[in-house]
Amino acid sequence: MNASGSEDGDEVVDVPLPKEKWSGKIGVVVLGATPEEGGTRSASLRIGGSTGMPFLSYEGVSPNRPLIAGEVLDVPSDLPEQVRQEFGACVEDPAEWARCWVEEHDADLICLKLLSTNPDEGDTSPEEAARTVQRVLAAVKVPLIVYGCGNEEKDAKVMQAVSSAAPKERLLLGHAEEAAYKSIAAAAMANDHAIISFANLDVNLSKQINILLTDFGVRKDRIVLDPLFAALGMGLEYSYSVMERIRLAALMSDAMLQVPMVCDTTSAWKAKEASEEIEGHEGLEERAVWWEVATALAALIAGGDMLIMRSPRSAAIVRRAIDELRGS
Amino acid sequence: MSMPTAIEIFKHLPKKNCGKCHYPTCLAFAMQLANSKAKLEDCPFISEKSREELAASSAPPIRLVKFGSGSKIVEIGDETELYRHERKFVHPTAMAVKVSDELSKEDILERAKWIASFRYERVGQSLSFEALAISNDSRDMHKFSQAVELVASAMDMPLILIADSPDCMRAAAAKVASHRPLLYGASEQNLKEMASLAKEISCPLVLKARGLGAMAELVWQARSLGVEDLVMDLRTEGLKEQLELSHAARKHAVRRTFRGLGYPMLIEAGQGEGAVLRGMLAILKYGSIVIFDDLSDAQALTLMVLRQNIFTDPQVPIQVKPGLYAVNGADESSPILFTTNFSLTYFTVLADIEKSRVPAWLLVVEAEGLSVLTAYSAGKLTPESVAKALESSGAKEKSKTDILVMPGMISRMSGKLQELTGMRVIVGPKESSGIPKFLKSL
Repeated sequence: MNASGSEDGDEVVDVPLPKEKWSGKIGVVVLGATPEEGGTRSASLRIGGSTGMPFLSYEGVSPNRPLIAGEVLDVPSDLPEQVRQEFGACVEDPAEWARCWVEEHDADLICLKLLSTNPDEGDTSPEEAARTVQRVLAAVKVPLIVYGCGNEEKDAKVMQAVSSAAPKERLLLGHAEEAAYKSIAAAAMANDHAIISFANLDVNLSKQINILLTDFGVRKDRIVLDPLFAALGMGLEYSYSVMERIRLAALMSDAMLQVPMVCDTTSAWKAKEASEEIEGHEGLEERAVWWEVATALAALIAGGDMLIMRSPRSAAIVRRAIDELRGS
Repeated sequence: MSMPTAIEIFKHLPKKNCGKCHYPTCLAFAMQLANSKAKLEDCPFISEKSREELAASSAPPIRLVKFGSGSKIVEIGDETELYRHERKFVHPTAMAVKVSDELSKEDILERAKWIASFRYERVGQSLSFEALAISNDSRDMHKFSQAVELVASAMDMPLILIADSPDCMRAAAAKVASHRPLLYGASEQNLKEMASLAKEISCPLVLKARGLGAMAELVWQARSLGVEDLVMDLRTEGLKEQLELSHAARKHAVRRTFRGLGYPMLIEAGQGEGAVLRGMLAILKYGSIVIFDDLSDAQALTLMVLRQNIFTDPQVPIQVKPGLYAVNGADESSPILFTTNFSLTYFTVLADIEKSRVPAWLLVVEAEGLSVLTAYSAGKLTPESVAKALESSGAKEKSKTDILVMPGMISRMSGKLQELTGMRVIVGPKESSGIPKFLKSL
C-alpha cells in the first residue's frame, strides 16, 4: 500500500504485518537425559530455538515453550512463611518438595539450590550435597537445575561431586561467571552436563563469559545464559532492557549471544512490597504473588526461555500467561 | 524522531540558491532545516503544497493526544521508539477503572472515590490512577448523563465516557464537555455521529476496529470527518493477539512513519486474573491507556510499580534519596555502612544487610546515581563526599559506635577517610553478598 494511506473510503486498506528478517537464531539446549541416553529422566526438555523476538509468531518461530522450574532449597530457613504454607510440610525434605512441585503444581523441571553447603551456614559436605541431588533425582522424573551456595571455593567442590554423582543425567549446573568459571565448567564438561553462564546485567559481559566458556571447551549447545533478572521495583527495567538488547543482538547474528536465557524470579520475594505490610494498602499475600508474576512476565516478554519460580500460585498464573501468549 | 532528512527537504526547495533565506545555497538551507536550526518560512519561493507535505512529515510518528482539564490532564502518545533502551518511553500508560451507570448513586460515588484517592508513594513519585471510566451499561441516556454528571461534580479526575449509542454519548458528553473527556468510542457503524460530536465539542475520540487494515481505514475516515485527536482500540482477544498487533501497530508508526496507525493505543483489559496480565502486557508493550473493570489494591499497586519501572529514562539511573537508613532496627550501638545512591546498588546492599539480621545503619551517599566503583573512578564518591554525608545526615549522633564500614572495592580511600572523619574505618567485603558473613563477625 501507499505509505501515506488511501484517502479513498471505498478502498480496503491492506496493512501487512511488519515482519523483521532476522539472520540469527537462538540455539537449542537439551536438559535431562532419558534411559536411551543413559539417564533416568522420563523425557528431555528443549529450550531456545527462537528465530524472532518473543511471542511474535509473524516474525519467527519459537519451537519450544518457555519452561518453569520450581525452586527447591535444601534448607528452607529463609523461605517466606506464605510460600512455606503453600507447600506445607514437604519443604522440610528437598525430595518431597520437588515431588510436590511436579505432581501438584505441574513444574516443568526443578531448580535445586544447595544453600546448606555455605561454609557460613550449615557447611554441608560436597558428598552430602551430591546425595541430596541423587535423592531429588530419584523422587522426580523431570530434568534438574542445580545451584551451589554462591561461595566460589565451596561451589567448585560441590559441583564436582554433583557432576560425578549424576554422570548421565544432563543436569544444568549453575553458575559460571567471569571471575570463577573453570572449575564449574570442568565439572560440567566431565560428565556432559549443561551449564549456566552468569553475567551481572551487561550485554558485553554476557558475551564475554560465553566466549570464555566456549574457549575453555564447553559446547555452545550446553550453555544457558543468566543475565541476572532484577525483580519488580528492584531494577527490573535494567534487566528487561539488557535482555532485549541481548536477544536483538543474537537475532542480528551475534553468535556468542545465541543461547537460551534463564531468569530467576524468586528475588521478587525480597522486594519491600512483597514482604512487608504497607500502611493504607491491604492484601500483602496477594501482592507478593502478583509481584513474582509481574517479574516473570517482564522476563518472558524480554526474551526469557526458562524461569526459576518460588510460588506455585505465581507459577500457575504465569503458566496460563505462557499458554495465552503462544496461542495454545 | 522522524524529522525529514536534508535530502527530502531539499527536493521541495526551489533550487535557486538565491540566498534570501540567509544561507548560500538551498542545500545548506535544507541541512539547517533538518537540524531545526532554520524556519521554512524564510524561503520566499516554497509552494503551499510543499509546505504542507513537509509539515506533515515532520509531525511526530504517534500523535500526542490529551484529555481532561485544568491541573489534571492526561497526555498519551508522542512515542518515538520500539524498545525502551533506544530512548525513554515518554508517556506512561494511563490506568483507568470502570464505574457502571447501573450502580446506585452511593455506590458510584464510593467507587469513584476509591479510584480517585488511590495513592502509593514510591522513590519520590506518587503513583495513582489517571482516569475514571464511566460505562453506559444501562443503555439508558438519562442514567448515563446523570452518572457522568455526578462523578464530574464530585471528583477532579479526567473522564473516559464509554457508550456505543451516539445519542447517549451526546447527552452525557454535552454536560461535561468543558472537562474534555475521552469519548469511547466510534466503530464503523457509528463513526459519522461520534466523529461529528467529537468535532463539535473538541474532545478526543477512541476508534474501535479489529485488525490493522480496518483500523487504518477507520482512522482515514475519522480524519476526513475532521477529527485528528484519535486513540486506537484494536479489540484484541488474548495476550498473543494483544502483543502481536500492538507491536505491529507501534512498528508501523515509529519505524515506517505510517500515519494510518500513528495514534496512541487503548486496551480494554476486562476483569479478573486475565485483566491484570493484559494490563501488565499493555504497560510493557505499547499500551497508552488501559481500562480495568475492577482491580484489587494488590493488583493496582503491582501494576503501578511495573509502570514506574518501565517508564524510567534508561539513560538516567533511578536514584535513591541520599541519607541515613536504619536497617533491622538499628540503634546507637549499630555500625554505619555506606554505599552510593544508585538504586540497584542500594537494593542489593540493603537486602544483604537485612539477610544478616544484624542491626546496622546504611548511609546512602549522593553519587549521581552511579555504582560504587564507577562513582569512585569518576570522582563522584570521595572521602570528602562521604564525610559530608556523615555530617549532613546526623549519622554520628544516631550511631555511637564510631565504626564506619566501607565497600571493599574502594579500600584505597580508607586512609583519607579515616583522617577526615576521625572514625574507625573498616574495609568491608568487595561484593555485597559477603555482607551477612561480615556483619555477623563484626
